Amino acid sequence: MLSRSAGNLYWVGRYIERADFLSRLIEATLRLAALPSSYGGMTNAWESALEAAWMSDGFVQAGGVADEAGVAAFLTVDPANPSSIRRCLEAARANARAVRTALTLEGWEAINGAWLDVQRYGTGLDDREALVRLLDTVKASMLAFDGAAHRTMLRGDAYWFIALGSAVERADNTARLLDVKYHLLLPRGEKVGGSLDYFQWTTILRTVSALTAYRWVYRDSVKPWLVADLLILNRQIPRSLASCYEEILRRLDQLSTASARRGPAHRLAAAGHAALDAAKIDAIYSRGLHEFLRGFIADNNRLGAAIAEQYLF
Amino acid sequence: MPTVPAFDEMHGAPGSAAVRDVYAAIRDWLAESPHDVMTARRRQAELFFRRIGITFAVYGDPDAAERLIPFDIVPRLLGHAEWAALEAGLIQRVAALNAFLADIYGPREILRAGIVPEELVLRNPGFNLAMIGKRPVGDVWVHIAGIDLVRTDADDFYVLEDNARTPSGVSYMLENREVMLKLVPELFARLRIRPVETYPDLLLDTLHSVAPAGAGAKPTAVLLTPGQHNSAFYEHSFLADKLGIELVEGSDLFVRDARVFMRTTEGPQRVDVIYRRLDDAFLDPLVFRPDSMLGVPGLMSAYDAGNVSLANAVGTGVADDKAIYSYMPDIIRFYTGSEPILKNVPTWRCREPDALAYVLDHLPELVVKEVDGSGGYGMLVGPHAAKPTIDAFAAKLRAHPEKFIAQPTLALSTCPTLCDAGIAARHVDLRPFVLTGTNGSRIVPGGLTRVALEAGSLVVNSSQGGGTKDTWVVDE
Repeated sequence: MLSRSAGNLYWVGRYIERADFLSRLIEATLRLAALPSSYGGMTNAWESALEAAWMSDGFVQAGGVADEAGVAAFLTVDPANPSSIRRCLEAARANARAVRTALTLEGWEAINGAWLDVQRYGTGLDDREALVRLLDTVKASMLAFDGAAHRTMLRGDAYWFIALGSAVERADNTARLLDVKYHLLLPRGEKVGGSLDYFQWTTILRTVSALTAYRWVYRDSVKPWLVADLLILNRQIPRSLASCYEEILRRLDQLSTASARRGPAHRLAAAGHAALDAAKIDAIYSRGLHEFLRGFIADNNRLGAAIAEQYLF
Repeated sequence: MPTVPAFDEMHGAPGSAAVRDVYAAIRDWLAESPHDVMTARRRQAELFFRRIGITFAVYGDPDAAERLIPFDIVPRLLGHAEWAALEAGLIQRVAALNAFLADIYGPREILRAGIVPEELVLRNPGFNLAMIGKRPVGDVWVHIAGIDLVRTDADDFYVLEDNARTPSGVSYMLENREVMLKLVPELFARLRIRPVETYPDLLLDTLHSVAPAGAGAKPTAVLLTPGQHNSAFYEHSFLADKLGIELVEGSDLFVRDARVFMRTTEGPQRVDVIYRRLDDAFLDPLVFRPDSMLGVPGLMSAYDAGNVSLANAVGTGVADDKAIYSYMPDIIRFYTGSEPILKNVPTWRCREPDALAYVLDHLPELVVKEVDGSGGYGMLVGPHAAKPTIDAFAAKLRAHPEKFIAQPTLALSTCPTLCDAGIAARHVDLRPFVLTGTNGSRIVPGGLTRVALEAGSLVVNSSQGGGTKDTWVVDE
C-alpha cells in the first residue's frame, strides 16, 4: 500500500474516533449540567468538558463564554476551532476522499453522510434540541462507519490502518478524560467524596458507554478507584487503555505479518501492552495516577510518531 | 436564447413528429411516465450521485467546490449501424493522430510534403521539444483519446475536437449507466443495450500492452493525479479503483537510477506504466516547469531511458490543438491513404489574413475558439452574444489572431430531455473514448453524451452548466 494512503487511512480512524468521543463527552456533560444546583460544587460542568477535550486554552483565546451554548457550539459546529466535531469530520472526509478507492462505498457513504449532515447545522446551534439531534446524528454515523468497515472492508492493510488509528486515538481520549478527572478518582482516605463527585464518576463512565459494564464487572456501587481500574486495566471494556493496546498490538502484528517487517512502532506498542498487562491499580495509585496518565499520554504520542515514521506517512 | 432548428435524435428532421425506429421504446416509456414520476426518478438519481461523491470542481467558483454535474434521465440512443460507422471513423482518426505524432517528432515527412505548415507544428505551444527523436512503446502516443462529435442530421457526424492529452469524462459514462440500470431496469429488459462496463478491463489491458520491455509478465501500472483539488479528482480515484491500481500523487513516486518507484508501507516498489492525468508541463520539474509541486523530479530521465511508459505520451497536445485540427482531413489522407470517414467542421484559421477578415465580418454567426483552449472557456458563440461582447472579442482577435480559429455555428442535434415544464429538446454532443495499445484500438459502445440544459444553448461543457446523459448503443 502507498505510504500516503496508509497515513490517510490511519487519520480517518483517528478523526472518526475523536468526533465520536467529543459527541459522547458533550452528551455526558449535558446530563451533568442538568443536576439540580444543590448538588453543585465549585466546578462548572462545561469548563470541565473543555478540559476533558483539552480545549480550554483554545476556548479562552476565542473569547467564549463557558456556558452550554458557548461550549457546545465551540466543540461541535465552530469552524474556527480546529478540533470541533465539524472540523474532525472535515478532516476525516478529506483523508477518506484522498483514499476513496481504499474504502468501500458503504464506508465512504458513512463519512460523507456525516459530513453533509453536520454542514446542515451551519456554524451555530439554535437550541438544545438541535444540539442533541446533532450528537445523535454524529454517533449514529460513526457507528455506521464502524459497521461498514467491519462488514464490507477487505481484511487487509486499509482496514488495519484505520483500526490502528482508532485504537491510538481512543487510548489518548480515555487517558485524557481520566487525567482531567484524576483528582476525583483518588483512593479512599483522600479528601474527596460527596454527591457531586458521585455524579462526575458516573459521567466519566457514561462518556465511554461503560456505566452498565461497570455494574456487571464489579457488582458494586460506583467507587472512584474501581472506575480507574476499569478504564485503565480492564480488557473487557473496549475503551480501556489495556484494550486499546491489545488492539494496537494486534493491528501492528497483522501489518507486520503481511510485510514480514517489524519496526520501532511494534516494539513501543509491545512494551506498552506488556506494561499494562503487568500493572496493578494499587501500584499505579502508589506511584501517582496523574503521573501515570501523563506518562501514558506521552508514550502514546511517541507511538503515534513511530507509526508514522515506520510506515513513511 | 433563440432556438436553432436542428435534427432531433428521437424525431429526426427539424419539426418532424415521427419517431425514429431506434427510439420507439423510449417514446412508449416517456408516454407512460407522468411528469411527477420522471422528476421523482431524477431526484433518486441525484441522491445516488451525491452519496457516492461524484463531484466536479468548477474553477473560479469557490462556493461550488463540489458541485454535481446535472444528470438527465432520458437516454440518448444510437442504432447498431450508426455506431458501426462512427467506430470505423474514430479508429481511422486516432490512427492518423498517432501517425502524425510519430512523424512530427520523428522524420517530419508531413512537414516536408507541405501538408501542414512547419511553424504551426514546431512553434506550437503543445509541441514538446523534449520528445524530438523519441519513440514510445509501439509508437503509440495517444493511448486514450476523447473525440468530441456532434450530429447535424441522420448521416452526418462532425468531429468538433480531438482530445489527445488527458481527456476526462469516462467515469460519467460508467456511473450514468449504473444509475440507469437502477432507475429503469424495465428499459434494459426491453432493449438490447450494449454494455460499457468492460471499459476498465480494456483500459488496463491497453496500459499493460505498452509496458517497457523489462517490465515482466505482470507490469505495475499506476494512475498519477494532480491531487484532491483537481476538478477531475473523483474520476481519477474512480478509475484507479475500477482498474485495481494505485492512485498516486507526484510525491508518492521517486526516481532512482532512471527507474520509477512508489513509496509503499513495504518499501519502494517499481512502477512500469503511468496513466497520468497531469499535464505535460507539470510532469517533471527538472525538465518542465521548475515550480511544479505536482510532478516527479527525474521522471523524464526514466521515460527517456525507456524504463517507464506514460499514457498518454508526452507532447500529444500538439495534435489536439485547434489550429492543427483544421488540417485533420489532410492529415488523415496523408497517413491512411483513404478519405476521412468523420467530417471536420469547416474552420477559418484567424492567423491567415483572408480568414481573419472574413471572421471579423461575420462574428455574429460564427463560433470563435482559442486554439489551445478547452472546457468551453474563452469562446464566443456569435449568435448568442450581445453586441458589446462581440466588439470586445473582435479587439482580442485583432490583437492575437494566431490564437483563434472560427467555425460556423453548427445546429447540434437535440435530444428529449427532462426539464421543469416536461420533456423538451436540448442540444447534445457525444464524446466516445478510443483506447489504443500495441494490440490495436478499441472503443466501448457508447460514450459521454453532454447536454446543454438551457433552452437553445449550444454550449454543453459541464463547466458552463451542461449536463450528461447515458448513451445507449442498441442492437436492433
